[in-house]
Amino acid sequence: MNATAIDKRTPDLSRVPAVDEVGVNERVARFQSRSIKTASKIEALKLALSMIDLTTLEGQDTPGKVRQLCQKAMHLHDAMPDLPHVAAVCVYPNMVGVAKSALEGSGIHVASVATAFPSGMSSLEVKLDDTRMAVEAGADEIDMVISRGAFLAGDHAYVFDEIAAVKEACGDAHLKVILETGELRTLDRVRRASVLAMHAGADFIKTSTGKIQPAATMQVTLVMLQAIRDFFAETGRMIGMKPAGGISNAKLAIHYLVMLRETLGNAWMTPEWFRFGASSLANDVLMQLEKQATGAYQSADYFSKD
Amino acid sequence: MARPENTLAFDGGWEYDPAPEATDHVHIAARYGLFIDGEFVRPATGRYFDTINPATEERLARIARAGTEDVDKAVAAARKAYSGVWGRMKPAERGKYIFRIARMIQERAREFAAVESLDGGKPIRESRDVDVPLAAAHFFYYAGWADKLGYAFPGRSVKPLGVAGQVIPWNFPLLMAAWKLAPALACGNTVVLKPAETTPLTALKLAEVIADAGLPPGVVNIVTGAGDTGAAIVEHPGVNKIAFTGSTEVGKIIQRALAGTNKSYTLELGGKAANIVFADAAIDQAVEGIVNGIFFNQGHVCCAGSRLFVQESVADEVVAKLKDRMETLIVGDPLDKNTDIGAINSKMQLDKIEEYLKVGQAEGGTLHQAGGRVPKKGYWCRPAFFTGVSQSNRVVQEEIFGPVLAIQTFRTFDEALEKANNTPYGLSGGVWTDKGAKIFRMTQGVRAGVVWANTFNKFDPTSPFGGYKESGLGREGGLHGLDAYLKPGA
Amino acid sequence: MAGAADRIPVAKTYKIYIDGKFPRTESGRYFALEDKKGRVLANVCRSSRKDFRNAVVAARKAQPGWAKASAYLRGQILYRIAEMLEGRREQFIAELKLQGSPARQAEKETDAAIDRLIYFAGWADKYQQVFSAVNPVSSSHFNFSVLEPTGVVALLAPDEPGLLGLVANLAPAIAGGNTVVLLASEAKPLSAVSFAEVLHASDVPPGVVNILTGYRNELTSHFASHMDVNAIVACEGGRKARREIQTLAAENVKRVVFRRGTDWTTADAANPYLIRDTQEVKTTWHPIGV
Repeated sequence: MNATAIDKRTPDLSRVPAVDEVGVNERVARFQSRSIKTASKIEALKLALSMIDLTTLEGQDTPGKVRQLCQKAMHLHDAMPDLPHVAAVCVYPNMVGVAKSALEGSGIHVASVATAFPSGMSSLEVKLDDTRMAVEAGADEIDMVISRGAFLAGDHAYVFDEIAAVKEACGDAHLKVILETGELRTLDRVRRASVLAMHAGADFIKTSTGKIQPAATMQVTLVMLQAIRDFFAETGRMIGMKPAGGISNAKLAIHYLVMLRETLGNAWMTPEWFRFGASSLANDVLMQLEKQATGAYQSADYFSKD
Repeated sequence: MARPENTLAFDGGWEYDPAPEATDHVHIAARYGLFIDGEFVRPATGRYFDTINPATEERLARIARAGTEDVDKAVAAARKAYSGVWGRMKPAERGKYIFRIARMIQERAREFAAVESLDGGKPIRESRDVDVPLAAAHFFYYAGWADKLGYAFPGRSVKPLGVAGQVIPWNFPLLMAAWKLAPALACGNTVVLKPAETTPLTALKLAEVIADAGLPPGVVNIVTGAGDTGAAIVEHPGVNKIAFTGSTEVGKIIQRALAGTNKSYTLELGGKAANIVFADAAIDQAVEGIVNGIFFNQGHVCCAGSRLFVQESVADEVVAKLKDRMETLIVGDPLDKNTDIGAINSKMQLDKIEEYLKVGQAEGGTLHQAGGRVPKKGYWCRPAFFTGVSQSNRVVQEEIFGPVLAIQTFRTFDEALEKANNTPYGLSGGVWTDKGAKIFRMTQGVRAGVVWANTFNKFDPTSPFGGYKESGLGREGGLHGLDAYLKPGA
Repeated sequence: MAGAADRIPVAKTYKIYIDGKFPRTESGRYFALEDKKGRVLANVCRSSRKDFRNAVVAARKAQPGWAKASAYLRGQILYRIAEMLEGRREQFIAELKLQGSPARQAEKETDAAIDRLIYFAGWADKYQQVFSAVNPVSSSHFNFSVLEPTGVVALLAPDEPGLLGLVANLAPAIAGGNTVVLLASEAKPLSAVSFAEVLHASDVPPGVVNILTGYRNELTSHFASHMDVNAIVACEGGRKARREIQTLAAENVKRVVFRRGTDWTTADAANPYLIRDTQEVKTTWHPIGV
């Protein structure tokens, strides 16, 4: 990849192309009309599993709960051979240490939300401390939230500088920047925020915290993928994409993969460049895989919750 | 925008397995007669021709070739039905028959879609999601007009014309039959309809529906054949109106043939639509609109956006994105649910398209054609576009009727508009910009019957369709589509 | 006989009207219009195909501007024509009488012509509302259909009534934003030329209306075949003429309107469907979204 130097100034968002909502809906409908069958379906289901950031982000999370989730991450459904493991386990900063030791040697990353997740309503100092704490505890990936209020108020430079500062605080950890598209509301803003985040140093851009509805939709994900494509064309830098929240079944996950394939091509079709932020997706994918293997529709009772 | 080295890869990797539409519910008879006076009859000519599947080159059925004697019979049956039943029927009852046809098309939608794709080569996704639902919707829309015609013509009473002769093309076989039949019947006319030679099957299936719906015999007659059958209808003295969809060349012949008669006529002819992309457009949606504009239905669309005009400052970007998008278009088996571009409708049409690919290059244009393999048998054309062409190139001036786009650039609004209108055609046009005032200036300026702003190739029964200039006269669809089948008088 | 006249009246030269000017026919040919007793009333221009060609060029040039003029303004100008005609009412009555109309009929016809102009002046900003539509399509699009002028209209005016027939067919064409090349009644060509003078005094932009006099059988084929004419309205002509017109018109798919046999003096000969005859329907789609 012949990456050129990134311009470390706030990009001119007025040059970001407009987005037409109806056109986006129509394109998404085309992805959804793809019919994925037989071997290509099995391949997609396994790929989807490998892209999952298995997530628990609850106030009631405990070390015990997190350890259970890590166990699930490593042993999705041992009754089935040749399954990949998920990409990462995603937790709050104070659970990073627990997850890190539970996942030791598994190759599964620990992702931590940070920066006063989910609202981001705190000072930059607190956000940077939050980030450093998670990184020091062993987080491989940091999922930060942008300051939506500042973005909506038009203070793009503030948002840009904040992302750049968090990126610096991340050190070697990968930075995923959550736009919280459900609060940005329009696709035009989603596209602009994507451009802003990528220029500020995001390794991934991510739709949602999961705490705001609507969370990920195919529409906002498409717009973000297109922003990634344009950024790649301009700079040669690949940026990852993570839709999060609301992707709870295998069929929908396959639609996302179709969209990914037809928008960014094969290079992005790996956990390195695409993730699903989801808590219940894995089991539905597993049930679909079992159905493909046996021909029988499955019951949730036969698949461990975590 | 720098792009060359930073390209996306769409080949290899995860591919979609074939997802063929089941055809076990489809029944195609070995041989079809003519549908005259409520029943299928053998042609007086005793002659039949093959209709083939353009994706396999295999014969689907033998189809009757109607001669003048057969057309005479069909017109006589239509006349009798007009005078005896249909013209006198209470309009509300007429409407109920047409509603019934709409419902029965919906019931048999899967079968219609499969047959349409088998006979014409269009992807099942389109026949399933566009052609068949729109055909049913068209009957539904006009059914409701039958007893409300007085409200469509303020200050004027209207009456039906009598017997309508209708000749339709092969690009949307069932949908064009619906566009013709529904308003004609709703207005109280009876019909002799000729489907295209290469795509007669869905019209014949529709004849079955019409019979099942219990329409009085002779109200709808469907005669199959080639150009001579069409000419026999056009020239028949017992016909009061001709509705034709097809090429401008044939449209002119028909207009001449009708000279000096009292027959009314509507013509829906060719096009070479300008699709204009401004630098301030929603570029990704514009690229999608370009794709829908020219690659929908293999480009066999009279209103296709076949001339693309891109503002210079975004031309490289748009072309690069278009190339990427074209790599994701799947060309192949029309019955595969994932197919985006099916088979070219006939050998003749394929030859014509391939000739234009040669002509465009010989005239100095640069051809880009999407990669990928196509099946060995059947008629195929991978999506293509020309750059480096100008208004004087044949591929810019002439209707190719295939998946071949001609791309030009422009600098100013006035230049784009002038080039857009610099054609004898005037069927449709497209404009892409984020600026509202500019949209209206352009949609008003383009001399065409349908203008899509920030969208393309959208159709609806309520929306009138038809051309300016050599793209035809009269409208089909919507309130304005009623004009074609009525005349003043109590 | 009376003695030497105090003053010799100045006879009018009847010329044609192209692009807001009154040229003589380029052909240099005339035909003598005679009264019933065979006395020559005037030498009338026998327009040639080149006069027609020049008129079409003028009409094409004027068309976009006239179509872009607001409907209100087109209505005002039509009303202005009526005002000017009213002012010259006596002249037109006298001229019709001169060309053979009985006195009472000449008066009625002139009054009706004035009123017909006012009728269509009133339609100029209304027909769009009657004939356009918002179409409730199923997808998320706003869709509407409006009328637009078809462009340049070639008009073969009826022979009778010479003045009213011209007005009754010209007014709806220009009310709708078309420009017109008109061939006057062969029976009453003088009224047409004088009407051109009225137009000239009525703020009608040059080229919007062009009026030729001459022989219909010489000019019809050119009216029908010209590739830059969008529609032809023929108020005269039997089956043979209709066949010729439509055959030639097909070369560029002209809109062909036959209006033979209409009694232009009746009330129902004035209606907005005459405007619609030379209009195109344009449908526009746009997405509804954020």
